[in-house]
Amino acid sequence: MTAEALAKVAADRPLPVPDAATGPYWEAARGERLVIPRCDDCGHYHFYPRTLCPQCSSPRLKWTQVSGSGTVYSFTIIHRAPSAAFATAVPYVVAAVKLAEGPHLMTNIVGAAPDAVRIGMPVKVVFQKFSGEITLPMFEPVETA
Amino acid sequence: MANLRAAIAGIGESRVGRVPDRSALQLQTDAAQAALADAGLKISDIDGLLTTPVRVEHWNMPCGIVAHHLGVRAKYLSTVDIAGASGCGMIHQAAMAIGSGQCETVLCVAGQNLLTHSTRASAVKSMAEGGSAHSQFEVPYGPLVPSLYALVAQRHMHEYGTTPEQMAEVAVTLRRHASMNPNAHKRELITINDVLNSKKIASPLHILDCAIVSDGAAAAIVTSAERARDLKKKPVHLLGQGYGCRHSHIGDTELTTTGAVDAGAAAFKSAGLKPADMDFAQIYDCFTITVIVELEDLGFCKKGEGGHFVEGGRIGIGGELPVTTHGGLLSAGHPGLGGGFFHVLEAVRQLRGEAGERQVKDAGVALVHGNGGVISIHCTLILGGAAA
Repeated sequence: MTAEALAKVAADRPLPVPDAATGPYWEAARGERLVIPRCDDCGHYHFYPRTLCPQCSSPRLKWTQVSGSGTVYSFTIIHRAPSAAFATAVPYVVAAVKLAEGPHLMTNIVGAAPDAVRIGMPVKVVFQKFSGEITLPMFEPVETA
Repeated sequence: MANLRAAIAGIGESRVGRVPDRSALQLQTDAAQAALADAGLKISDIDGLLTTPVRVEHWNMPCGIVAHHLGVRAKYLSTVDIAGASGCGMIHQAAMAIGSGQCETVLCVAGQNLLTHSTRASAVKSMAEGGSAHSQFEVPYGPLVPSLYALVAQRHMHEYGTTPEQMAEVAVTLRRHASMNPNAHKRELITINDVLNSKKIASPLHILDCAIVSDGAAAAIVTSAERARDLKKKPVHLLGQGYGCRHSHIGDTELTTTGAVDAGAAAFKSAGLKPADMDFAQIYDCFTITVIVELEDLGFCKKGEGGHFVEGGRIGIGGELPVTTHGGLLSAGHPGLGGGFFHVLEAVRQLRGEAGERQVKDAGVALVHGNGGVISIHCTLILGGAAA
């Protein structure tokens, strides 16, 4: 399904409520940039955000812009919506994407028919605005020549 | 870690399925009274109480609510919340409380009216938005609980060639077990084609790959091995236990290997036993793929071979390793956090030789495994009919 179709379900879609720990992520997304924490001490990237580096326990973490490139690590085509907010969107794809920098995240795959999504498919981030405050990073297949 | 010299002396279940005439506390009371009768004990013999949170109502301090409701004068009480692993966790934590000398006889009880308290749709919505998915980084993308496990299943199929038919075989086998369990919620036999043709929920999972939603409660009484010897029923001993947790949410993990590796290894080590010693295994089965991944992680087969392992009747009663012989969350009943507790009760029945039509021959030692979150937090017990 398209990002536009997913956006139609925005009315009562459960949107994130940024907090002290995640504010910079959502602020960057609003500016169409994907950022994840990177450790100043060991250089390790991680996501979802923690307060200590999962590799070396350092608290010296910095939100760092990443390429937005990755591959589909796993996916599922949702046929049964979790709530009325998503009922008109089915079938849609929820995926785990492995970023080029290493960490995984959950997202929707847009810009492709659900049946065309495959594990290992190269994808890149796109941004879909849902409110003045919230823009969700989603991923679409990379055009291959 | 040596075994804690504790034993399960009584078990009881409420009616399971659709039980609209009982509240959560009434269901728990029914289960507790059945367990007391089974052990030949009275409420006044109980001096410790463990329970879990319920989903359908907000209880501040659930253990206090339940202890007061039942009239238990507890020297020790606590609320155990390791999600679906809470049933196993309560047994071990009761054993620790008894082993420390804090109390002598602990009632563990959990359950609720998950099915009739609300609609199925609202249960699905509240579990999707308030349960296992990350509120900021997952819920906005519209996952429901089955879709989180579907990511595991899809990746497992990709890496190891596991098939929808193999997953379906888990559902078919557990339904056959439930058909022999008079208190099971769903008892009509199903076929592999029934599973594959059932409603698609989140590919590759169909509705018959998913746990059911039920009303019901379960209870067990844990006491010292010495005291258990003098009670009505043959004691079932806690021989070992382990815990594991490698992730909290599923979206940022490798998906196909879990903390069950650590929980299982620790449990076998503390019991001085190995997977091949188990006469049957009560594996947590919130989804069909869960059973396949956990059989691998617990060491019953190699990583990637779980799909093959569940084929050909191997996990059925009479097979090489009977799994979840009461019918599990897929068929016997799933009232939320108490769901995995029924796996413990069934192990006790089998080890006593009281499982009737579904009795596993010469059942002497069993593994019980619970998991919570999205295959996130794990607790494994090894139980035996004789003290180690």
